[in-house]
Amino acid sequence: MRHIISIRDLGKEEIGRILDEAAAIQSRSYDPSALKGKLLGLLFFEPSTRTRMSFAAAMARLGGNFLSMDSVEASSMAKGETLADTIRVVSGYVDAIVLRHPKEGAARLASEFATVPVINAGDGAGQHPSQTLLDLFTIRQSMPLEGIHVGLLGDLRYGRTAHSLTHALSLYNVTIHTITPKGLELPAGLATELRDAGTEVIEHGDIASCIRDLDVLYVTRIQRERFPDAASYFKVASSYRVTPELLTGTKNNFIVLHPLPRLDEIDPRVDELPCARYFEQSANGIAVRMAMLLRVMT
Amino acid sequence: MTREKDARAGLLISPIENGTVIDHITAGEALNVLRIIGITGTTHESISVATNVESKKIGTKDIVKIKNRELRKEEVDRIALIAPKASINIIRNYKVWDKKGVEIPDRVVGIVRCPNPGCISNTNEPIQSCFLVQKKGLRCLYCDWLITKDITSHIM
Ligand SMILES: Nc1ncnc2c1ncn2[C@@H]1O[C@H](COP(=O)(O)OP(=O)(O)OP(=O)(O)O)[C@@H](O)[C@H]1O
Ligand SMILES: [Mg+2]
Ligand SMILES: [Zn+2]
Repeated sequence: MRHIISIRDLGKEEIGRILDEAAAIQSRSYDPSALKGKLLGLLFFEPSTRTRMSFAAAMARLGGNFLSMDSVEASSMAKGETLADTIRVVSGYVDAIVLRHPKEGAARLASEFATVPVINAGDGAGQHPSQTLLDLFTIRQSMPLEGIHVGLLGDLRYGRTAHSLTHALSLYNVTIHTITPKGLELPAGLATELRDAGTEVIEHGDIASCIRDLDVLYVTRIQRERFPDAASYFKVASSYRVTPELLTGTKNNFIVLHPLPRLDEIDPRVDELPCARYFEQSANGIAVRMAMLLRVMT
Repeated sequence: MTREKDARAGLLISPIENGTVIDHITAGEALNVLRIIGITGTTHESISVATNVESKKIGTKDIVKIKNRELRKEEVDRIALIAPKASINIIRNYKVWDKKGVEIPDRVVGIVRCPNPGCISNTNEPIQSCFLVQKKGLRCLYCDWLITKDITSHIM
């Protein structure tokens, strides 16, 4: 049985296969009844309307149905019950499970108890492979992944999307530039691991010092909770804000991505620029998730 | 003769007729070795422990002798995490009947606790902790956390 738990265990070949499938889907070459008669269980122990909706949409577009349990229902269903038991029970209802859970490693555990495929839709600070796949997919729409320069801006300490993405990028001989406020740097262990894997990781104090070298700027949210007070948050947030002025002189095929929702990280004036790809990125989530569903259910 | 050798070295431990001698344990780790192989105050084995004994091979070492129990290879390999130079001597009729080193296993199940408080292995789920043994350390199968140093302090 095929599960999709983490980017690390997918590997480059499998990632390539999913991205190719997603590209085919986007050019409308797919069977809209491929998953007819199949039922997908959306098990969300943590709120995430976007991810849940996009998996539901992906399933519907392949002719399948879904059962959705939101965080409130899921947690009351699981009251006092272990996740292992919940997964065993839900396995009996559906043909595949999409799981979002606050604990790291929850999806791996689920895959050990499920009798149907499990897709990880985010486990705590851990993995979120569908986000990473759609990030890669969006970059690949504009340029080949191999050997590019990717800047990661924002909270790289706690941001799981960034962690997951760096693992994937290291498979493509990408140079990673990090631009972070003090205290929100990439965890040292992760940086070492990337470097050991042969990936160059270059740290920068501000955007201006590397923006012209970049092919991709990946912006992530800087969370207010990480700061002692509003004033220190605003000070940091404003100095890491992406504006049209900052983006002058960038490479020709340069693009800006953001996993959304955004707060103040990107000036809305950037939305008008051709390099702004975050809304396409978000829309790409459907094709990528369709490809993931096909991968585990057919 | 082993008995004589021990006597000359002034060891307080008396020879055993049958059982297991774990020799060349990293000095100071004998009690952790016992913990890892699951011998606690509530088990019934008769055990002698010598710590910080001089050793020609490794400077100082600890030794553990367990009477009337022959440890199996799977039981002892896990001690390689903290005592990679250990040798396992199976004693039969006062003699060393078999001698083996320890090999680090691929996975360590149920011995080490994941230091990540957000890890699913630290909840009431019906699973045992599981770490993949990698070059850089122990990696939690569930949350990817990497333990690189001081493994002993994470032993349950
Ligand atoms: N009957 C016994 N009772 C208790 N301990 C024993 C007995 N026989 C051997 N030992 C101990 O087991 C260990 C291995 O014994 P052995 O005679 O092989 O020593 P060695 O020649 O020093 O071996 P090595 O090369 O492994 O150091 C030693 O620590 C020895 O004191
Ligand atoms: Mg000796
Ligand atoms: Zn863990």
